[in-house]
Amino acid sequence: MLHLISEYLIRFVVGGVVVSVFAMLGEMLRPRSFAGLLGAAPSVALASLSLAVLDHGPNYAAIEAHAMVFGAIALACFSVMVCQLVARTRLRALPSTLLALTVWLAVAFGLQWALPGVG
Amino acid sequence: MLVRLSTPALRRTSWRAFAARLVLGGLATVVTGLAGAMAGPSVGGLFLALPAIFCASATLIESTERHHKHVVGMHGEQRGKMAAALDAAGTALGSIGMLAFAVVFAAVVRTQVAMAFVAATLAWSLIAVAAWYCRRSVRRIRLHAGMFSRAADQS
Repeated sequence: MLHLISEYLIRFVVGGVVVSVFAMLGEMLRPRSFAGLLGAAPSVALASLSLAVLDHGPNYAAIEAHAMVFGAIALACFSVMVCQLVARTRLRALPSTLLALTVWLAVAFGLQWALPGVG
Repeated sequence: MLVRLSTPALRRTSWRAFAARLVLGGLATVVTGLAGAMAGPSVGGLFLALPAIFCASATLIESTERHHKHVVGMHGEQRGKMAAALDAAGTALGSIGMLAFAVVFAAVVRTQVAMAFVAATLAWSLIAVAAWYCRRSVRRIRLHAGMFSRAADQS
């Protein structure tokens, strides 16, 4: 039990630090559209895949990376939807992102279901 | 200059914003681990591209821009929304880089673990920046083409 708690505590700290570093870089970069590239930086992936390689080995990490392809496609759809909702409707950023999150879930799990051998 | 670093922008960002990203980043990594443990790496891998941090970032960017305008006596809502929209557009381009990251990592990690991280991160950087630059160039060409067309109509 203690081993499990410490494992997830390490995950929390490593993930938080990596994401914060990318976020700080994103705050400094201009123009804003270039800084937005860091919104899709593989910050969580770097932390998680490192831990996956250490805990379960490279094959496990490779399977996660395959599935990440679907997640990236879903992220693209999500971002486009947020951009259009915020720019063209009265919706603000928070409701737009929450609405678009349903798109991410649908696309990610839909692709995983439709193409099981690929991911 | 095409792209620049603005340290004053970093100083203007509140500690709460950084704390939010620290916590969300940590939670996203924990959730990925839990998803992988419960449903296997095929599901855990999906969550590596979960836009958890983006949700917080877009809201923070919008409220920061609104606040800056409010401080000088203006409304700022439209400015805040446009800043969030630009950030989202950048993220859409960055996700092409993320796709490249995933493909390169999956291809290399089974043979060379350390090289997989380096190559994948490099792939993300190059592809994301190239996508951004292509989009920027296309927009500029369209803008100039539009100006040229209007000038031709008027003459």
